[in-house]
Amino acid sequence: MRIRSSAIVMTVYLLFLLIPIYWLINMSLKTNTEITSTFSVWPQTFTLQNYVTILTDPSWYMGYVNSLIYVTMNVVISLTVALPAAYAFSRYNFMGDKHLFFWLLTNRMAPPAVFALPFFQLYSSVGLFDTHIAIALAHCLFNVPLAVWILEGFMRGVPKEIDETAYIDGYSFPKFFIRIFMPLIASGIGVAAFFCFMFSWVELLLSRTLATVNAKSIAATMTRTVSASGMDWGVLAAAGVLTIVPGALVIYFVRNYIAKGFALGRV
Amino acid sequence: MDKTLNNKAWFLVLPVLVLVAFSAILPLMTVVNYAFNDTFGQNEFFWAGIDWFEEMVTSDRLHEALGRQILFSVIILAIEVPLGIFIALNMPKKGFWASFCLVLMALPLLIPFNVVGTIWQIFGRVDIGLLGHTLAAMGIDYNYTNDPIDAWITVIVMDVWHWTSLVALLCYAGLQSIPQAYYQAAKIDQATRWSVFRYIELPKMKGVLLIAVLLRFMDSFMIYTEPFVVTGGGPGNSTTFLSIDLAKMATGQFDLGPAAAFSIMYFLVILLISWVFYTVMTNLDREENR
Repeated sequence: MRIRSSAIVMTVYLLFLLIPIYWLINMSLKTNTEITSTFSVWPQTFTLQNYVTILTDPSWYMGYVNSLIYVTMNVVISLTVALPAAYAFSRYNFMGDKHLFFWLLTNRMAPPAVFALPFFQLYSSVGLFDTHIAIALAHCLFNVPLAVWILEGFMRGVPKEIDETAYIDGYSFPKFFIRIFMPLIASGIGVAAFFCFMFSWVELLLSRTLATVNAKSIAATMTRTVSASGMDWGVLAAAGVLTIVPGALVIYFVRNYIAKGFALGRV
Repeated sequence: MDKTLNNKAWFLVLPVLVLVAFSAILPLMTVVNYAFNDTFGQNEFFWAGIDWFEEMVTSDRLHEALGRQILFSVIILAIEVPLGIFIALNMPKKGFWASFCLVLMALPLLIPFNVVGTIWQIFGRVDIGLLGHTLAAMGIDYNYTNDPIDAWITVIVMDVWHWTSLVALLCYAGLQSIPQAYYQAAKIDQATRWSVFRYIELPKMKGVLLIAVLLRFMDSFMIYTEPFVVTGGGPGNSTTFLSIDLAKMATGQFDLGPAAAFSIMYFLVILLISWVFYTVMTNLDREENR
C-alpha cells in the first residue's frame, strides 16, 4: 500500500515537471499559423521547419557555436586552476586557508547583477569586450569556487597514504598528480567539469552584458528575438528545445553524482 | 583527515587567487569607486561621499524591491523545502526506477535560465499556452501580463518547478547515506512512521538540508533571468526583484552612483549570510568527524 502511494506521488510530480517541457517540444513542431490560430495538445500539421530555420541561419546557429566555445574555454580554465588549489585545501593547512576558502564561497554566492556593469567596463578598457575569452573569464567568478569545492570534496575521500607512498617511490609532485592522483579522482573531475559546463551554459546576464556580435551567446540571441520580431513562437520554442539537449545528454552519465555536485561535494 | 602544516601550499592556490582576484576584486573596486563618486562621463569623477548611500537607504524604490525580494524568498523556501523532503521520501530507493526518477528530476535544473522563462512564458499564455488555456476554459480569469497576483503566482510556480528537484535530490542523497541498521532498530522498537522521520531521517539530513536551504535562499535572493523573461518585472513594478531593479538602474538608466551603492549593500548582505552558512557548516563537519 505504501509503495503504491509513493508511486502516485512520484508520477504526479514527474508529470508536473515534464508537461511544460512537453509543451515546448509540442510548440517547436508546429507552424506559426497553427500556434496562433488553433489550440491543440499535439501538432496537427507536423513540421521540422523551425529547426531547419535555426540550423541554416548563421545568426541562430552561431549563437550555439559561440556558447559552446566560451563554455569549453571556461571549463578548461576553471579545472586547470581549481585542481591544484583543491589538492592544497584537501591536504595541507596553510596560513589563511580557512579565510581563503570562505572568500571563494562568497564568490559563488555573489549576485551576477552586482558584477555586470564593472565587468563591462573592465573588459572594455582592456580590449576584451565581445570576445569569447571575456565571457569565459567572467564565468570563472562562480565556476572556479564551485570547482574547488566539488574537487575538494572528492579529494578528501582519497587516503593520504597513497600520496606518501608515491613520494617514497620517487615520484615528483607533477608526475604524481597527473599519473596517479588524477585518475583516482576521475569521477570527481568529470562531475566538476559537468557543473562548470552547466552553470556557464545556463547563465544569461553576464554573457548578454559582455557580448554584442562576435561572441553573442544563444541565450542572448533568444531574448533579443523575443523583443524584435515578437511572435515567432515556433522558432523560439525550437531554439529552447535545442538548448536543453546538451544538458539532457550529459546528465545521464553523472546521474549518481548530481546531488553530490550540488551539495558542493559534501554529501 | 589530519592535515600537515605547509605554507608552500600557497603556490598551488596562487592561480585561483590571481584569476578570482581579476574577476572579483577588480570589478568590485570599480563598484566602490562609483559608489563614492559622481561622474559626468569622460572619466571625470567628483567626490560624493556617502550621498549615494543616503539616497539609496531612504529610497522607496529600494525598500519596495527589498520587501518583494524577501517575501519571494520566504514563499519559495516555505514551499520548496517541505515539498522537496516529501518528494525525497517517496522516491524509489534503488534499481532502474531510481535512476529514471533522478534523470527526469534533474532535467529542469539543467535548462538555461532564460529557456525556463521562455517555457513558462509560453505555457502560461491564455491564447497559446496549455496552463493559461486550461484555466481560461475552467472560467478562471488568469492573465499574468496584466494582473500582479497572477504574475506572482506564475513566477512562484515556475521557481517551484525549476528548483524543488534540487532540494529533493540533496535530501535523497542524505537519506541514502543512512545505514539500514537504523531502520531495523526502529522497527524493533515499533517506532511510528513519524518518529522514524523525526528522530532518524531528519537529523541525518541536517547537513544536506542546510546546504539546500542556503542554496535556495541565495539563488532566490539574486534571481534575475527567469522573472525578467516571463514578466520583465511587471506588470508595473510588481515582480521587480532586487537584481532586476539593479540591472535596470545600472545598464538601463546608467545611474552608476546609486546603482553602485546599491550593489555594495546587496553584496554585504550576501556576505553576511554566506558567513553564517559557512560557520554553521564547518561546525557540523567538525561534529561529524569527532
